[in-house]
Amino acid sequence: MPKLRYFGLVIAATAVLGCGSMAADHLDENQEFTYRLPDQFPSLDPQLNEDSAGFSVIRDLFEGLTTQDENGDLTPGVATDWSSVDGNRTWIFNLRKDAKWSNGDSVTAHDFVYAWRRAVDPETASSYSWYLEVGQIKNAGEIIAGDMPPDQLGVSALGDYRLQVQLSAPVPFFPSMTTYATLMPVHQATIERFGDEWTRPSHMVSNGAYVLQDLVLAEYHSRIKNPLYWDADNVIIEKVTGIIVNDDNTALTRYLAGEFDHLDGLPAGQYPNLKDKYPDQTFSMPLLCTYYYVINQSESGNPALDDVRVRQALSYAIDRDVIVNQVLKGGQRGAYSFTHWATSGFDMPDIGYATLSQAERDAKAKELIVEAGFGSDGDALELRLIYNTSESHKAIANVISQMWKEKLAVRVTLENFEWKTFLDKASNQDFDIARSGWCGDYNEASTFLQLVTSDNDFNDGKFTNARIDELMAKSATSEIDPQKAYSEVELILADEMGLIPIYHYSQVFMKVPALKGWPLNNVENNWYSKNLYMAAP
Amino acid sequence: MFQFILRRLLIALPTLFILIAATFLLMHLAPGGPFTTEKPLPDEVMANLEAKYGLDEPLARQFGTYLFDLVTDFDFGPSFVFKDLSVRDIILQGFPVTLTYGFWAFIVAISVGIPLGVAAAVHQNSWLDYLAVGVSIGAQVLPNFVMAPILVMIFTLWLGWLPGGGWQGGQIEYVIMPVIALSTSFMASVARMTRSSMLEILHSNFIRTARAKGLNGTSVIWRHALKPAMLPVISFLGPVFVAMITGSMIIDYYFGTGGIGQFFTNAALSRDYGVMMGVTILVGTLTILFTTVVDILYAWIDPRIRY
Repeated sequence: MPKLRYFGLVIAATAVLGCGSMAADHLDENQEFTYRLPDQFPSLDPQLNEDSAGFSVIRDLFEGLTTQDENGDLTPGVATDWSSVDGNRTWIFNLRKDAKWSNGDSVTAHDFVYAWRRAVDPETASSYSWYLEVGQIKNAGEIIAGDMPPDQLGVSALGDYRLQVQLSAPVPFFPSMTTYATLMPVHQATIERFGDEWTRPSHMVSNGAYVLQDLVLAEYHSRIKNPLYWDADNVIIEKVTGIIVNDDNTALTRYLAGEFDHLDGLPAGQYPNLKDKYPDQTFSMPLLCTYYYVINQSESGNPALDDVRVRQALSYAIDRDVIVNQVLKGGQRGAYSFTHWATSGFDMPDIGYATLSQAERDAKAKELIVEAGFGSDGDALELRLIYNTSESHKAIANVISQMWKEKLAVRVTLENFEWKTFLDKASNQDFDIARSGWCGDYNEASTFLQLVTSDNDFNDGKFTNARIDELMAKSATSEIDPQKAYSEVELILADEMGLIPIYHYSQVFMKVPALKGWPLNNVENNWYSKNLYMAAP
Repeated sequence: MFQFILRRLLIALPTLFILIAATFLLMHLAPGGPFTTEKPLPDEVMANLEAKYGLDEPLARQFGTYLFDLVTDFDFGPSFVFKDLSVRDIILQGFPVTLTYGFWAFIVAISVGIPLGVAAAVHQNSWLDYLAVGVSIGAQVLPNFVMAPILVMIFTLWLGWLPGGGWQGGQIEYVIMPVIALSTSFMASVARMTRSSMLEILHSNFIRTARAKGLNGTSVIWRHALKPAMLPVISFLGPVFVAMITGSMIIDYYFGTGGIGQFFTNAALSRDYGVMMGVTILVGTLTILFTTVVDILYAWIDPRIRY
């Protein structure tokens, strides 16, 4: 698997701008922040964490070597400075001496060594252990595979406040990787004492700006300011409460009733109304994900799909404006490229069919399908479209199959599966067309485009193109200008129609006007409570 | 009677065993597993996870280990999704919640439903009857997933009387809406069932005899008619009680109560084998227990029934 695709998660949020200037506002006396969580996060153990909901809490509770400031730029965390000695292969981090655990112990280099070894230890069985492998930390892969003991990991303490990391290949962005949960330190004595139960509020010892106060599964959790945090003087919010509300409609009602200061996840289709009614509280930001249809070009797919004209016709016939403006209504944008338009550094090429009007596209689609021998007077084309259970996937599938039927006389059978069954079918090419979504792991186009290389594990449609493989390989080693290569890949992808891009995601949320410091331009949605505050009304 | 209870308990064990075995097998037959994700894990990472959770063992052996731990240690194993929690932790936290709101919903359902049904039957075809039937049909067609958001809108947003969700250890203001939402449709069923059963009894010979002998109306209804009229209702209430105290996915979903109800569905969808088994065993055991209780109540209500 090409490893490049993972490095981000972090280097990402460099484009974040803070909002509001603190000096201009008076602080509210009550510095409590309450927000909605759509689901329970599975774990607060930094090394076991595997999702963004868990990370959003963990980055308040723990602090890695580096962290992000209110603009999303890399900034010192436990480490005060860092440098590489031999061309980005060995990194030295100098740790601050005033960093404390919430029980008063000092945070030392040994804590990091312990945590990182724990992350790759097969006994821990972390599903994010690959993160260290991607970071090229020496021997990580061998340790995960059980071929070496964890103490062989390329990380060592040079005294209490100096950490040395050895990599097996140069990684210039390695320091930014240390903002992520997997590489955060954990308190060895606590884990050894309590085992799996160390993350309970009464047991947990952490080193971040907040400590865990309460956690009731599937109901809520709260965290309070950690007075021992080295930068506690600059932390304003005293208490953060995350309340779990599964249902979007109920969550909105409760937000409007004043129960939350921030609401993530608005009911489908409600964004335009809410933006109208509460313009200063409703926001839509680009989110680094693309919604697309996978075309099965392997042996198990309909042979007609091997014909590029059929693939193009299917794509051209989709009126993306109808989907984003009438079905989704959440500030999304119709997609003609696989890479999200807001991806950092990405130079969107002029994709031919994107510049046409829908009527022109429809005409072209009809021509193409007839040329390929199908259409209303040709052979019947029947396709199986699979999607996983969700109202919006269903609505989109219905609309698109209707468009295909009317414009191209393609008969589509819609098949709905629950999530795990769907994944099973998609990864085994048991479909003709499958709905899919891809979220960037880091803010650079290769996080999307690696997916369309021939040997990629997630290339469920089995689309292959030698030129794309070549371009992606060369861009990874910087042999050619990566951004130029990405633009060319998108052009080839559009010509070949290896997959059908449908729309680029946005994220919609509401927040009360008093809540300040929210990073409003962060395409990855990373926020830290220590950068927030409540302004006085 | 003692023999009967003993016999029921002896049958309960193989029943539970079959339930556990069937659930275990079906769960593992379902496509995908707890660690299947959209972005598949590297093979060696998957291998470590499977080793940690014993999924690399043959199925029969996994089942054996599970049963052994369950019987000897009362250990339901770990959750496959909530990695720092055991299934026991999850049940111990969620079950008291659903037990509380389920119990009160049950009390509300019968204490409103039964009198409503009786009143409707006694005053058949009067305005009272129409009102009762109207109310119960209304409650029946307003399922709890419609009811829940409406309640939140009325009591939280418009009136501002109650918090829109949460549990907070079961403080009264957090319990009210879940209880209303959960009890209404059951209350309606109980009312309709009581009414039709009561009507049948009121037209039977022994009631006519009682009336002929000059007993007054109240005593006929409460002393003679109610008990036999309750028989079908009670057999309905056994499973209903279990369904209520083991919670409702809908209630937990809309009110964020943190009860065990949502885990039943979520565990199945996320293939959290541990939680799925644990909750199934809990519900299965309670069902067996309360069907036995219903049978005992039967004998107490109807002296003709002997075990």
